Formats: sequence, structure tokens, C-alpha cells
Amino acid sequence: MELTGLIFYIVSILIAGGIYAVLCLALNVQWGMGGLFNAGIAGFFAVGAYASAIVTTAVSSKHLGGFGLPIPFGLAAAMIVAGITGWVVAKICVRLKSDYLAMASVGIAEILRLVIVNESWLTNGSLGIAGVPRPFGNLVQGREADLVYLAVVWACVIGVYILCQRLYVSPWGRTLRAIRDNEDSARAAGKDVDWFRLQTFVIGCAIMGLAGGLSAHYFKFLSPSATEPLLVTFLVWVMLMAGGSGNNKGAIVGAIVIWFIWSATEIFTSQLPPEWITRSSYIRMLLVGLLLQFVLQKFRSGLIPEKSPKIRSD
Amino acid sequence: MIDFINLYLVPGLTIGSVYALGAVGISMIFGILRFAHFAHGDLMTIGGYGVLTAVWFIPIHPLLLLPFGIALAIVSALAVDQFFYKPLRKLPTIYTVIASFGVALIFRSLAQLFWNSGNQVFTSGVRMPVVLFDTFRISELHMQVISLTLVIAIALHFFLTRSKLGRAMRAVSDEPELAAVAGLDTEKVVRWTWVIGASMAAIAGVFAGMDTSMHPNLGWNLLLAMFAAAVLGGIGKPMGAIAGGLIIGIAEETATFTWFSDEPFISPSYKSAVAFFIMVALLLFRPQGLFKGRLL
Repeated sequence: MELTGLIFYIVSILIAGGIYAVLCLALNVQWGMGGLFNAGIAGFFAVGAYASAIVTTAVSSKHLGGFGLPIPFGLAAAMIVAGITGWVVAKICVRLKSDYLAMASVGIAEILRLVIVNESWLTNGSLGIAGVPRPFGNLVQGREADLVYLAVVWACVIGVYILCQRLYVSPWGRTLRAIRDNEDSARAAGKDVDWFRLQTFVIGCAIMGLAGGLSAHYFKFLSPSATEPLLVTFLVWVMLMAGGSGNNKGAIVGAIVIWFIWSATEIFTSQLPPEWITRSSYIRMLLVGLLLQFVLQKFRSGLIPEKSPKIRSD
Repeated sequence: MIDFINLYLVPGLTIGSVYALGAVGISMIFGILRFAHFAHGDLMTIGGYGVLTAVWFIPIHPLLLLPFGIALAIVSALAVDQFFYKPLRKLPTIYTVIASFGVALIFRSLAQLFWNSGNQVFTSGVRMPVVLFDTFRISELHMQVISLTLVIAIALHFFLTRSKLGRAMRAVSDEPELAAVAGLDTEKVVRWTWVIGASMAAIAGVFAGMDTSMHPNLGWNLLLAMFAAAVLGGIGKPMGAIAGGLIIGIAEETATFTWFSDEPFISPSYKSAVAFFIMVALLLFRPQGLFKGRLL
């Protein structure tokens, strides 16, 4: 591979990796800080992607809108709509205990998928939404546009990281960790456990929506298959577990490392004999499944383990 | 009315039987090992493919080849328990839930790898439904599924209430500390939980695959309804799970009936949401289920 090709290959990996980093930070808010098991990441991701696409595309008869608004409005809409969806879900489900919340969140993702596939007035069904704009799309064309988008995505990653880090060290974050580690004593200390959990869930979902919006603008086209529920949800979980749940830096590092491994296995599997090529994606899924088992058993605290901030004594 | 029975009630009972058999395993595993087994649907898929492969070599009726699927599912379940779940048993159970999520992916990618990702059928050709009393038109398969499920349910009931092992299982599910103090071999109980859960899952997988077709996502798509069935019946209550499965199956199918107007009450494309709403409503208002199951 010539050098420029290699560079742009790495750029494309870093863009997708950045989107996964946003998702991973979102899951870290929900699971790492709040101890809420969300197995429906793909659903909120998809909601954000569709919200942003509908707000920013030109008027079309095939789906709702488009409203042709600038991209920042699209991303804001992605966060708001995903946040509201998360609020509705949390209002009902946040009281459920861990395993039950996991079951319910799988169901939510499934219902959101059904809505996206069936309500074609809203999303153009399985045909999807085309012509989603890229930021600065009229200024730069071709491969350079990827570089610009890389900057946009990573600006979002840094923004979300700062936000999550602030949340983590704040009294709010401390309360969350107290609830996560010992719900009863947090309740005894007078903390409104359900209200904190609700906030956590909504914040996490809004950030997942942002990630969805970013991916819609990256691919410029959106169909239900773009939000393949298992791949998105599962990879993000593996990333967070490997990176170190509870640690925002760990979430970003985990996302990048796992995404590089995932992409590298693609290079490896493309060397396989032709009759195996079509099956290569299954081999990769198998490997990721095994990787998760390894992480869970031998490597539970992740690459960058959680470190509680020191208590200031002033 | 006849249409209602032929087109809604009987298919509902059929899919309900599939849910029932799957939910038995989920309920027992939840009751004894205390975690929601997210790979149970994919265990069904593995069992289904086991029988499908046997049919390729021995071309007789698939239901006669059930032992092959059951054996494959049991071996798979015991292997993942040994290698992936057992090492996590001392930790909070949510880690095992995450692990089972990964196992679901492992099962599915293995199914795609070995049996390719397309739809495959057990037996080709159209079977005419059997007509009873000139009015009921029920397919042969549906009758087989419902009656076999009934037989299994009765056998399970006697196993759990009469046999020593079955009673030990119920004891561990109801009061684990007391059961351990009484000297019950917990590891043996765990092993048999997997054996029974996996066997039922394999049978359910074959039923589901024969009713439509075999594909790698078959089991995962049924998982939500089976969880709903297990919760409805009460966690740790296998008989409750069977009742729950049948109720969920009937509720899903009859929800699309033209109850109040000429339009279906719920559009068939949203059928799978019915189970979800039943489950959430139960978890909020009656989390112990119909038969006083365990609370987490």
C-alpha cells in the first residue's frame, strides 16, 4: 500500500474510532459511573443518527423533513431526541435491578429498530436516508474532507471527555459512585437514588445520540442496517471493559485499541483463501466474543483502571 | 371465530410452546445460578442446527433426530459454563450477564461459520393442514409441537416433584444457603440445570426452525419473548415459565387480531413489542410473576 493510501486508511479508522470513543464515554457514564446496564446502545445511537439526518438533509418527500438546517443543529437535535427517548425509557425502567434492566434495554433497542424499519413516513424505512451533509462539505472535497471530519469528530470526543471528567469529579459523580457501590447506604445518606439514575441514563443516552449523529454525517447515508444492533452495542461493551470501566481516559483508550484490533483483523482475514473471505466477519465476531471472555476473567479492571479522585481536606 | 382459532390461537399456542421450552431454561438458570442468560436464544439456534445437520445425513423426520440437537446443545452449554461462567461465579452476577452476552455472539458466529448465514429448511415441500370436524385446519407440525410440549411439561413436572434430583434443584432455587447446609451437591445441581435447560432449548430451536426456517439469528430474535415468559411465570418456577410462554405466545398472536375494527389491533410488524410491554409492566407491578417466583 502506498503511503497516502495508508495514511487515509488510518484516518478512516481514527474517525470511526472517535465515534466509538464517544459511545464508550457515554456507556462509561451509565455503567462505569452509574452501574446501569444498558444493552440497547444501538437503539439510542440510531435515534441520534436519524434525528441529525432528518434535521440537516434537504427537503424530501420520502421521509420526515428534511429541514435543511446547519449541522450543529442536527447534532443538538440528535442529543435532545436521544435524551428524551432515554428519559422515557429511564422513567419506566430505571428502578429495575441490573439483570432486569439489561433485559428491558435489549427490548428497547428492538422496539426502536422496529419503529425505524416500519415507520417509513419518518425514516424512509429500509431504503434509508441519502444525502446527509458533511460539515464544511462545500469547502473541501475528496480525501481532504476526511481530514476535516477527523478534526470535527475528535473535537467532539475531547468535548465529551471534558464533560464526563467534570461529571466524574463533581459531587454529583461522587454520589453516583456511592449509589453504584452501595445503593442502600447512599439511600440512607438521603440521596434520591432513582433521580440520580434517571439523570445518568439521560446524559448517557444523549451522548450516544451525538455519536449516532456523527456517524450519519460521516457516512452521508443512513439505513437501518447501519445500526446493526449487535455490532455497535457489543463492541462498545468490549471497548469499555477492556479500557477500564469507570475511567474516562480508559474508555477512550479502550475504544481506540479495540477498534484498531477489529480493523487489523480485517487486514488479516482478507489474506484468507477466497472461500473463507465471506465468512471472515464471523471469524472476527468470534474473536471479539472470546476477547471479551478473556478481559472479564483476567483483565477486569482494564487498561487504565478506575482511580477515585482524592478527597480534598480543606 | 373459526378464523380466530385457526389463524391466531393455534399459531399462538405453537410459538408459545417454543417460548415455553426456552423460558424453562432461562427461569431455572436465573433461579439457580442467579443471572439472566443472554445466550439462551443462541443455544436454541445451536440445537436447531444440530438436528438440521443430522437430517442431511439421515433423511428421516427431523423430530426423530432431536437427540442429536439435544446432545450438541448440552455439550455446548456445559462447555461455556465450565470455561466462561464458572470462573466468574464469585463476582457480582452482572459480570456473568456480560459474559453470556459474549457467549451469545460466540454461538452465533459459530453458527454462521459452520452452517452459513442464509435460511435453511428442514424439509421442503408444502404440507396440507389437517382438517378436523370440517372446521379446524391445523398443520401437522403445529399439532406435533403443541402435543410434544405438553408431554415435556408433564414429564418435567414429575421430575421436579418426584425425583430426588428435581427436588434438590427446587431447593437450591428457593433457599440456596439452606440447601447447601442440608448437604446438597450444588455443582451437580448446576450441571443438571444446564442439561435440562439446554435440552429444552434445543427442542425449542428445532420447533422454531421447522415452523419457519433455520437461520443464525433465529434464537436471538426469540430471546426477549422468552425472558418475558420467564418473568411472567416467576423466576425459578419452571412450570410457571411454561405457562408464561404459552400466554406470551397467545398474546402476541391474538394482539394482531381484528378485535375492535377491521384493522388489526396491533400491526403485525410490531408483534414482538407485545412481549416487551408485558415484561416491563410485570417487572414494575408484579415482579414475582404469576407463580410467586424469586425476586432479585
